[in-house]
Amino acid sequence: MKVLVAAKRVVDANVKVRVKADGSGVDVANLKLSTNPFDEIAVEEAVRLKEAGVATEIVVVSCGTAGCQETLRAAMAIGADRGILVETAVELEPLAVAKLLRALVCKEEPELVFLGKQAIDDDANQVGQMLAAMLDWPQATFASKITASTKLATVTREIDGGLETLELQLPAVVTVDLRLNTPRYATLPNIMKAKKKPLETVTPQTLGVDPKPRLTCLRVTEPPKRQAGIKVSDAAELVYKLRNEAKVI
Amino acid sequence: MAVLVVAEHDNQRIKASTFTTVTAAAQLGGEVHLLVVGHNCRAAAEQAAKIAGVAKVRLTEAQHYADALAENLAPLVVSLARSYTHLLAPATTDGKNLMPRVAALLDVAQISEIVAIESSDTFVRPIYAGSVLATVRSADPIKVITVRGSAFGAAAGEGGAAAIETLEAIGKANRSRFIGRQLTRSERPELSAARRVISGGRGMGSGENFKLLEEIADKLGAAVGASRAAVDAGFVPNDYQVGQTGKVIAPELYIAVGISGAIQHLAGMKESKVIVAINKDEEAPIFQLADYGLVGDLFQVLPELSCALDQIKTS
Repeated sequence: MKVLVAAKRVVDANVKVRVKADGSGVDVANLKLSTNPFDEIAVEEAVRLKEAGVATEIVVVSCGTAGCQETLRAAMAIGADRGILVETAVELEPLAVAKLLRALVCKEEPELVFLGKQAIDDDANQVGQMLAAMLDWPQATFASKITASTKLATVTREIDGGLETLELQLPAVVTVDLRLNTPRYATLPNIMKAKKKPLETVTPQTLGVDPKPRLTCLRVTEPPKRQAGIKVSDAAELVYKLRNEAKVI
Repeated sequence: MAVLVVAEHDNQRIKASTFTTVTAAAQLGGEVHLLVVGHNCRAAAEQAAKIAGVAKVRLTEAQHYADALAENLAPLVVSLARSYTHLLAPATTDGKNLMPRVAALLDVAQISEIVAIESSDTFVRPIYAGSVLATVRSADPIKVITVRGSAFGAAAGEGGAAAIETLEAIGKANRSRFIGRQLTRSERPELSAARRVISGGRGMGSGENFKLLEEIADKLGAAVGASRAAVDAGFVPNDYQVGQTGKVIAPELYIAVGISGAIQHLAGMKESKVIVAINKDEEAPIFQLADYGLVGDLFQVLPELSCALDQIKTS
């Protein structure tokens, strides 16, 4: 069974971003870039399926500038077999990414597509669901547990009220949530091996997709910062202030 | 201009998230219709018809809509889409699961988790865990939008007298099957809508210790939440999680206990009206935005807090 995993290169989760002085965008120059944490979890899950003998090949895809090759090599160091870079300088929106992935799914014919549930830069949480719709495949989002065989995937999802379990007939799209697994660290030998694994580059044009954005970003701002308030010395003082000053109890 | 809001409900009652989405819908101008889809959900539709600002309720009932599978709901929403300029849903796990599927079928962009509306085509949404706000304009003929509930007030539950129109159920997708749900049952207010919340972090040490928070929650009529660390450690179930990828809430009072204040947690609560932090580490980042900070051992402070609350009459 072939598994396709999509991984996005984003500003590292620990970096605090700033907006440019003119408000035209976020200043990402010189910031550390990493694989989207949810996508690392997706790659790890695919590798575990291969280690369990369920998946036979893992193809990892990343869309964006040439730097995304690092994301692909990192995924291959974890255990993906092949990488595909969809190279473009266009700022990609989820709709465009879903179309690019659909074109690749039609070529590669995987049984399962794994994605992180959201990217920590745009926080959109859309691509997996959009891709599933375009393919007319079943979807399971926010997965915290996946059991897959050649025909079915049983997925437990984290929802607002607790947990929900669905059974999907393959092929299907699954988006993964934080508690699905803890990704392994790549070992140095595997990092070296990853450099030799196949990495193919394609473009939106060769895939027949127009990646033009539908949304125009008019401006970005930082929300007003909260200032620190005061320290209280004990619970009694806290309660007094909450009642008489803040008037919230 | 006409707006369709996909209502969230449990077949009996409309959920709080829908009321805030209706407020957002009303800001767009134009008629607001509510779509109530489910199984034996007439009661929910009747409640929906009373919401202030709703002009029409469109009700579809069928066995295969019982479990809100996106594969079934999306084609239904798409079949109605042509009459609307905007399709809205709350940014809950249901709304987030469904709406991108709708957007893709319509070949339009989705605008996720809007926190403000500037005009019928311009919206503000958070990115980078809410540390940045982006104002975006959509050129698509139909705007598909999910609405962050904590950013809008709740529409009144009375005052509306909408007609209820029943619709044909349409075909069911048959490659997904609902197996079951495990929901947290609680007498306490629901976390997303609670006026007061007390949350525990890794510092709580165990699930058992959350009883200390529950005792205080009961005295305050508060909901109990948690940081990601506490959920990962297995102290409480996932639906307690407040944060960038958990629930984003904005209660009147948020008390963070044993929570250090990582960016991703702050993303979920920094719009709270009053923030209290209790932590033994005075360098904890949470103190940088807490209105009231108490540096101390939570195992000592919490019982004292419980006593102090007994001394006064809380409303």
